[in-house]
Amino acid sequence: MKDFGYTIIKQRTIDYDQFDGRLLNEILEMEPSFKTCLSCGGCTATCSAADLVSFNVRRMNLLLRRGETIELESEIKKCMLCGKCQLVCPRGINLRNVIMLIKKSILKYKPVNS
Amino acid sequence: MSASIRVIRYNPCNQEKKKMKHIVIIGGGIAGMETASALTDAGHWVTVIEKEAQIGGKLNQWSYLFPDFMPADQIKSALQEKYHERDFSILHQSEVRSLHRHNGQFNIETSDEQQLKADAIVVATGYELFDARRKEEYGYKIYDHVITSADLEQLLLPDGDLTVAAGKEPKRIAFVHCVGSRDEKSGNHYCSKVCCITGVKQAIELKKRLPEAEIYCFYMDLRMYGKHFEELYREAQEKYDIQFIRGRLSEASEKIDKSLLIKAEDTLSGRPLKMNVDLLVLLIGMEAGKGTSAAAATCGIGCEESGFLKTADAFLKSNFSQQEGIFLAGSCTAPMSINDTILHARSAAMEVDHWLKSRCDNEKM
Repeated sequence: MKDFGYTIIKQRTIDYDQFDGRLLNEILEMEPSFKTCLSCGGCTATCSAADLVSFNVRRMNLLLRRGETIELESEIKKCMLCGKCQLVCPRGINLRNVIMLIKKSILKYKPVNS
Repeated sequence: MSASIRVIRYNPCNQEKKKMKHIVIIGGGIAGMETASALTDAGHWVTVIEKEAQIGGKLNQWSYLFPDFMPADQIKSALQEKYHERDFSILHQSEVRSLHRHNGQFNIETSDEQQLKADAIVVATGYELFDARRKEEYGYKIYDHVITSADLEQLLLPDGDLTVAAGKEPKRIAFVHCVGSRDEKSGNHYCSKVCCITGVKQAIELKKRLPEAEIYCFYMDLRMYGKHFEELYREAQEKYDIQFIRGRLSEASEKIDKSLLIKAEDTLSGRPLKMNVDLLVLLIGMEAGKGTSAAAATCGIGCEESGFLKTADAFLKSNFSQQEGIFLAGSCTAPMSINDTILHARSAAMEVDHWLKSRCDNEKM
């Protein structure tokens, strides 16, 4: 078939109605402190990995809450599990545990066609 | 509340009162009533001019108060009790028509044609709620299930009906912060201060009534300035699973099933977001309102750009207008919570008392 150079662009809008909250609910149940995130970014500021590669711990919360499972899976691989984020967090969220829990559960909820 | 109507005609011939200083308070809301009680206690003769048939002002529109869910009735009863225990008068359904200075006193004429003489005036005319119809893109009074925080307050009473289309309970509810506040297009550049915590309080109350519902708050900043406010916000997140999304709604549109499609930017993700909700609550802000601008005109005192009354300074003279003998109390000066209003009213009473006494001393000398 002739390639006319046209392509279908995936919509950037977050369609909340399509959001699958199962992974989020599982994580929040196991680590309820994660509910209290203020999105202050203290975690990202101190992050050892963020200093070297493009990685944003604060965004883990957002990716999880918006159902961005695929991106979440590739992002958390960058975490070195040093735990400095928890020391900085004004609400004492156990972020290290959150990342561990996501790593454990994410395969169950990853969309099949990805 | 007919119990609060104890109409006492202004009677300047009372010999005992003739010796006292007479203070006229414009407005019988929280600020006016609290100032009146405190000034009566200080030994003055006080008359409150209230435009409505009942006291309490905007307090009558709220059911439960932040941050501890105290029934608003309790504050109203306390104000009424103070009134019944004291000897001051309220002229109900009356407004100040004119005010003139004469020989160091004020001559006041009311809308019901009473003539009063006063040694000092306290303006306590309060605020009005932002008319959400002015923010047309949110569809208040156009779409069925867009309501304001004041509407919701009535629905939060035990017999309030929270069902939406076809008698169903709402499954997803969104709150919009800063409606008519921090919005120059609406004509209001200032922050109304109390809507953030009102939203948190109402979201918790809704979640208690509808445990299955998902609740979202769309905010620009969350300004939890008061005692226990931050704690309540944390409780909303932790205990009640209220979700806070940073971004201002651009618009709402009604679908055929009467649910609403809302659009905002999820500013922390940097992407547009759309969501379908069954009920949309607009957290409306405070405006100076007609009562306050009318009082400013009659008393010849200045307004800020926001429409609220100008205080002589921001620190030490927050109860002084720029006119001698005319004092200010409560939310006619700026958006204010009930607890701040009570404190501002008490400090107004103290300033008036001090001013009257120092004037007496000067006269004696």
